[in-house]
This record gives sequence, C-alpha cells and structure tokens, in this order.
Amino acid sequence: MNSIALPHPNYVEARRQHGQDDDPRGSVMRIDAVPFRLVSGAELPEVTVAYQTYGTLNANKSNAVLICHALTLDQHVANPHPITGKEGWWESAVGPGRIIDTNRFYVICANVLGGCLGTTGPKEINPSTGREWGIDFPVITIGDMVRLQAAFLDQLGIPDLFCVIGGSMGGMQVLDWAARYPERVFSAIPVATTARHSAQNIAFHEVGRQAIMADPEWRGGSYYGGPGPKAGLSVARMAAHITYLSEAGLHAKFGRKLQNREALTFGFDADFQIESYLRHQGSTFVDRFDANSYLYITRAMDYFDLAADYGGLLANAFKGTKARFCVASFTSDWLYPTAESRAIVHALNAVAAAVSFVEFETDKGHDAFLLDVPEFYDVLRGFIGAAAEKRGL
Amino acid sequence: MATREADIRARDVRVDLLEIGRMIEPGSRVLDIGCGDGDLLYHLVHDRRVDARGMELTREGVNACVARGLSVVQGDADRDLVDYPTGAFDYAVLSQTLQAMRDTRAGLEQMLRIGKRAIVSFPNFGYWRVRMQLLFKGRMPDTETLEYPWYNTPNIHLCTIRDFIELCDDLGITIERFLAVDAGGKRSRRVHSTRRANLMAEQALFLLAFNGERDDSGAPVYR
Repeated sequence: MNSIALPHPNYVEARRQHGQDDDPRGSVMRIDAVPFRLVSGAELPEVTVAYQTYGTLNANKSNAVLICHALTLDQHVANPHPITGKEGWWESAVGPGRIIDTNRFYVICANVLGGCLGTTGPKEINPSTGREWGIDFPVITIGDMVRLQAAFLDQLGIPDLFCVIGGSMGGMQVLDWAARYPERVFSAIPVATTARHSAQNIAFHEVGRQAIMADPEWRGGSYYGGPGPKAGLSVARMAAHITYLSEAGLHAKFGRKLQNREALTFGFDADFQIESYLRHQGSTFVDRFDANSYLYITRAMDYFDLAADYGGLLANAFKGTKARFCVASFTSDWLYPTAESRAIVHALNAVAAAVSFVEFETDKGHDAFLLDVPEFYDVLRGFIGAAAEKRGL
Repeated sequence: MATREADIRARDVRVDLLEIGRMIEPGSRVLDIGCGDGDLLYHLVHDRRVDARGMELTREGVNACVARGLSVVQGDADRDLVDYPTGAFDYAVLSQTLQAMRDTRAGLEQMLRIGKRAIVSFPNFGYWRVRMQLLFKGRMPDTETLEYPWYNTPNIHLCTIRDFIELCDDLGITIERFLAVDAGGKRSRRVHSTRRANLMAEQALFLLAFNGERDDSGAPVYR
C-alpha cells in the first residue's frame, strides 16, 4: 500500500498538540445511511468519510463553514499534511484571526468520495471481496460527492452551512451544494471554477488518464501491493500542472533557464528548469496520491454539467435561492477562464440572486485560487464579514 | 430614526444620492449601473432598506464594494445589461454614467427593460457656464462636473437636458420626475420649467418609466 500508515512527524506532532494523537489518520466517520446510492444507480454498501475540523460549533449551530477541496487536495486545509509534512493547503486563509477565522467559525473539510486520504475510494477495501476496489469502484459524480458531504453533515448534527467555499473542483461542489440544498447554504463562494467541463477540460483529463492506464504497472487498476503506475501518474500530474499555470507565469519563473548547468547537454536530461520543476511535481505527487483515485475524480469532473441536471438551463439550478454568492476568477486562468464564471453570474442574475463577481488580475494562472493574492483575500474578507454580520455571527 | 439620520450626516452622503434614495421605496429591488465605490449602494442598503445590487466596470470599484458587503458584479454596462432578465428590478439607476456609455440610447432602452423604472443623472451640457466657455473663450468647457480635458475624457456622449428629454420622447419614455442638482451634489431643487433648468442646472436627475406597448416577454417596444 502507500505511506498513509506512516504519517509524517510534523503531522503527528500537530495532532499531539491538539490532543488528537490517538488517531494518526485524523477523524473518520462511518456513514449510517447505507447503502449509499450513487447518481449512476450503483450502490456503495459501506461509506467512510475522513475529515478535519477547526474551531468550535456555536450553540445554535449557525457558524459552520464547509471547505470543498480541489482534485488533488484533501481535508488537511490548515494542519500539516500526514504524508508530506507540509503545511495545510489553505493555511494562509484558514486559522485563528485569518479570513476564515477558526476563532469565529466551525470549519469543516472532508476528503471527497473517491479520494485517497481516508474517504471511501478505489484504494479502500471492497467489503464484498475483501480486496481493494480498484476499477470495480463505481464511477462517481460531483453530485455524489456533495450528497455524501450532506449525509456526513447530517451525522455531525449540522443543519445548515454559514458558508460553502471552494476553488476549482471545490467550486463545482459549491455550485452543486447551492443548487441541490438551497435551504442549507447561507453563502456560497465558488472560485476559479465552471458550471460544466469544457471539451478542452475533458481533453486534458483524458491525457492524464491515458498516461496512467498506459503504464504497465497500472495492471488494469489492480496494482495494490505492487509499485503502482508511478510513471503514468507522474506524467498525468505534469500535464495537468501546466494547465494550472499561465504562460506569463511560467516565463517569469523559468523562462529558458537551464537547470544546474552552463550549456545544453544535447540529450534528454532535464536541461531546462521547467523540465526539472515538472518532473519534481510529478515524482512527489505519486507519493501522496492514488492513481485510481485520479481516474475516478477526473471522471467526476468531466461528467459535471450542472445545467444538464436542470433542464439545460443553468439559471434553473439556482431558482429561488436565498444564498449570497461571491464568484471569483483570475485573469490568467485558462483552465476555467473568466467566461465560465460569467456564465455562472448570468445564471444567478437571471434568478435575481444576491451575487458579487470579481475577476482578479494575476499571472499565477488557475493556481491563483490557492495563493495569497492580496486583492482576492480582501474581497473574501469583506464578503465573509458582511455575510457573518447578516447571519448574526 | 435619529441615529440613522446622524449616520447619514456623518458620512456626508451627497444630496443627489439622497434624492435618488428618496425616489426609491424601501424593500425595492435596485440595480445601480456603474456603482463606483458603492456610495449610493451603501446608502440604499443601509439607510433605505433597499435590496440593491451593483454593476461596475473597474476592478478597484468592485473590490471596494464587495469589501463593504455589497453585492456587485464586475461588468460593462454597454455589453452586459442584455444579460439581465426583463423586469428583474424595480429600479435601474445610472448615476453620472450616461454620458460615458458608448451606446447611450441602447443603454437607456435596456434600463427600462431590466427595471420597471429608471433613474438617470448626468451633467447638463446646456448649463450657462458651459455655454459661456464655448461662446466667449471658444474652448471646450472645463467645469466641476466636466473636469476632463477633451482628449481623454470618458464623457463621450454629453447632452443637454432638452436633448435628453427629446430622446425620452422619441423612445416613448415617460418622465415621472425631474430635479436640478448643482455641481457638488450639495443642493437640489424642483424645477417647473425645463427650459430654465437647461440653462441653470449643472446636473439633472430624472425618474423615468415606460408606459407603452410591451412584447410577449414583457420588454418595452420602443418607438
């Protein structure tokens, strides 16, 4: 298997400090409402959700914030990662006194369905065979992820959410939440996202999947116990990573600079810094991510077309919503460009929803949603602060 | 509410914005087109209990508004008004932005499609000081409301009060109220003669409605 059984020392120490050192994998909840029926019609006989929480739920349970994570991220938003030991992926925004203030809000993030950090997914055990699911795991959708989060929140005893926030695939979940459970969402912040995957989005994902499946070590998805399709997953990550950056950003950071050498080597070594960087991204990714999870989650994203679930008209998805929305995009994001966010805004306008929309100027590409873009953080702070005031928090 | 009045005074809300606020009943749905830093929106939402939204071209303006807790969408009035549904708002407001639109007539038409009523304010090019500058100096006017030099002004479609009234007539738009406002937005007054206002008013404030024929979607059929 992989290294989840051996959590990083930073993570162990962080949990010890929080008095949680009894459970090195973090909090895990077995869902009672099983079998869990999926959009495809398939059923999961058992479902487990791995999650992290920060802060305290107030007496009237009105201060819960759900953070929805992106494709390759996980529930470790604001604590060291159990495998890499690196700080949480959104620690710059989540924590005491930060934008998503854990002194004020009860912040929840759960590993998505199909994920590989504790929530039920293809690398977990299929109860009917006693072996890993592999590609016998049913194909899931963004809607399934959201429905599981709702079941999980039911079990946590949280009736509704002060805020649902997420970028990229997390933003898709935010939109699905607002559409599916309008009465449970007070405010919604979909960032750098889209209401449907474009042909180009699907194309890039298909390249990644084919890279994984072309690796002989993939073994039809039954690679557990072996080395696994590291080369394939690494290439998938490299290709995807390019889509998270911008041409201008790449140029500024790497240009044609050479990697630890004075001249070209006339070979296929990583002569250029960008090559070395991508290889590093690929090789570190395989240590923390399951290849089959990558297949399933990218598929879920490709299947995402919110309007299609509501008679082909996106506005129908948000009809009657009382939620306050803050839609954000970034100028250099060509994966989910601003036009996709505008389509969401038009739909929200059409149903007279309270929506704000800002496009932020940055050369950081799609990845900007994870970075401390000061204007973006200012707007988040303003929006969340005003919403909290409205909610009486 | 005494505290509310004191708060308005403390914030020094411009008189023309207060006048716009008075034209709008509490609880109405309002779209402020070209809302800038959100001064009018803030006044409507906080002092007048109006459900107000904004559209603003500049990123800085939108950021400022959202940081103040206002619902504002980044957009271009010339391009994005068509995306709003017919009758979505009780009022569409265009405060000091009319003269900067590329297609003023289309913008006005869109406002009375989106809003049941429209509120429009603009600098009056018929104001006597403007006329004097052209007549005696032979120069493009430089006044408090028209402060940009001719070569880089955003004000590309300036008009007089009479011009605007004529456009409304042409489109079949009804003028329900009209106010003359001075340059700093400090004083406003009811004016009975638009001819006199065309000479004396530095800025104009109109409340408009469309009472004519509408198509199946409820959109006005303009003349």
